[in-house]
Amino acid sequence: MPALFIDDWAPVASHRGWPRRLAPAEGWRALGEALRTADLVLLGLWGDRDAVHAAVFHAPQRRAAVLTLPLAGKHVPSLGVFHAPAIRLERALQDLHGVTVVALPDARPWLDHGTWQCAAPLGDDGPAPGAAGTTGFLDASGPALHQIPVGPVHAGIIEPGHFRFTAHGETVVRLEERLGYAHKGIERLMQGGDAVAGTRLAARVSGDSSVACSWAYCRAVELALGIEPPPRATVLRAVMAELERLANHLGDVGAICNDASFSLMHAECIILREHVLRVAGAWTGHRLMMDRVVPGGVAVDLDDKARDAVQALVRRIDARLPELVELYDNTASLQDRTVGTGRLPPTLAAQFGCGGCIGRASGRDFDARRDLAYPPYDRHVPLVTVFTEGDVDARVRVRLAEIDASLRLIESLLTALPAGPIACLPVAPPTAMVEGSALVEGFRGDILAYVRLAPGGAIERCHLRDPSWFQWPLLEAAIEGNIVADFPLCNKSFNCSYSGHDL
Amino acid sequence: MRRLLLKNLFSRPLTEPAPVPADVGEALRGAIARRLGRSLCIRAVDAGSCNGCELELHALGNAFYDVERFGIRFVASPRHADVLLVTGPVTTNMRVALERTWDAMPAPKWVIATGDCAAGCGVFEGSYACVGAVSRVIPVDIVIGGCPPPPEELLRGLLALLADDRRAPR
Ligand code: SF4
Repeated sequence: MPALFIDDWAPVASHRGWPRRLAPAEGWRALGEALRTADLVLLGLWGDRDAVHAAVFHAPQRRAAVLTLPLAGKHVPSLGVFHAPAIRLERALQDLHGVTVVALPDARPWLDHGTWQCAAPLGDDGPAPGAAGTTGFLDASGPALHQIPVGPVHAGIIEPGHFRFTAHGETVVRLEERLGYAHKGIERLMQGGDAVAGTRLAARVSGDSSVACSWAYCRAVELALGIEPPPRATVLRAVMAELERLANHLGDVGAICNDASFSLMHAECIILREHVLRVAGAWTGHRLMMDRVVPGGVAVDLDDKARDAVQALVRRIDARLPELVELYDNTASLQDRTVGTGRLPPTLAAQFGCGGCIGRASGRDFDARRDLAYPPYDRHVPLVTVFTEGDVDARVRVRLAEIDASLRLIESLLTALPAGPIACLPVAPPTAMVEGSALVEGFRGDILAYVRLAPGGAIERCHLRDPSWFQWPLLEAAIEGNIVADFPLCNKSFNCSYSGHDL
Repeated sequence: MRRLLLKNLFSRPLTEPAPVPADVGEALRGAIARRLGRSLCIRAVDAGSCNGCELELHALGNAFYDVERFGIRFVASPRHADVLLVTGPVTTNMRVALERTWDAMPAPKWVIATGDCAAGCGVFEGSYACVGAVSRVIPVDIVIGGCPPPPEELLRGLLALLADDRRAPR
């Protein structure tokens, strides 16, 4: 395996999982240039005490690393100046840590709307009084342009966010998003509590990805503590994660078709979704399976009755799915809306390291379950489907393919269900500082977790990066040149998280 | 499409008398009828929830619960709404939007705080970015607890609001 320039950087011994390395003084610049040109993908960027971290993935060699730039003062060199996907992450970094990112192309606040009870809530000196506040929107000027402000309260049962459209007649010239309305300060709330208390928060970062996010968090904790959940626990986690994927993909396929005014598909899909939630509820006691993935394993076992129910569910969806695919295929008026709409070019998806169905519908062949495989996916490899069209239609088709792939995975997971305990024995709290990072594939894409525990076990820093961070900016690109009326359709086909992003 | 429609036509309906017992459903319709005629229009506002509560609100629309059979509808504008249904721990960033939505509703109006977050901040208690319970921002008529409340609980909550005739609308 050819060495990369980052391999020369000094490793940090306390970090487990992938390596964490300290960047030399000029390292951030080298990293920025490498991100711009090479096969390196930015997985995340977050602040810490006297440091800023960036997680990267090298696609050809399928390996990841966390890179740390130690900071002497309150100034951070910008990665965003080289690599656009880092810009929003650096805006959030400024808001949360009270640092200044030097040469950041867009330095406006991002999560901080000027309403928090303090500024720089994660800053080194503790929270400061006052707040930054949000400044205006980007300019789009010209004759016959008009603006349409939408949100944060939307016309439906939808999460809060603001969209500022500039339109020329019916055509969208520019969309600018303003997010942060769902910012709950989760990372600060986690600090000082123990790993078990953090689990309840991790499960509520984004309700639709509860299992996946809990899994990412727990895996980072487990790596930090040097413990490994027993095989039965990892298989049960995967069954839960695939049920979650099924429920969300079914809901999304239905909702996308509904936004194209094809309610029959919606009605059919949400029936199947309800079946999934009911089986999950009967098995785990919670329809969204919150708090069922815990550090060290899972909180509920799968008895024969629940196992039969899951298998019956697989058969039920199997029986219906071909009919739904046929319905989608044979409805020309529906495809008239989805084909060619909201096209996301593969170059952008690759540049942003866009995960999930959105990336895979735009030619980005990445799935954390396969490319940074974690148990049990090292033994149960998912089938990854990739399209290159990048339109709403491709995003529907990737989801349909993934529903089928998840069904096959659940079958194989259940036939190979190992016997034994569902959680490892509790371990003594760490006597030294320990840390770990993990990447877990949720239905929306790869979720990054970084956890550091202080001696005694209290969380010193926990960062959870939702896949939406690298998807929201691309929605702005995909909608350009489309008509305003197709925005709901495009937006739904992305289905980015507000809560997971705003944290 | 024709084949699927035909098949559905000749299969039994999925809509269940349970999870909402039929008499509860009828009582719900009766209570709404006394107050508002035959329909109840709900405007949902997510005041920073984790989205779990929204997912269960969506489920009310599926064929099993089919909330519209009771005359309950989710509407797009607060101007059309009788009930404001709020989820989430009211983030400081959403406070103004929530107040404005409430202001935009015509009287009589009711407020339902839905989920443990809206009831009392839930797991986000103590955050610099959350106001906490919805009742700290606007008057709340009823609370539906749960994290998230399952669809049956949501329906029962609507009933509780409308069945109590002593509670005067604001
Ligand atoms: S009550 Fe629970 S499900 Fe509802 S928004 Fe709060 S954390 Fe999410």
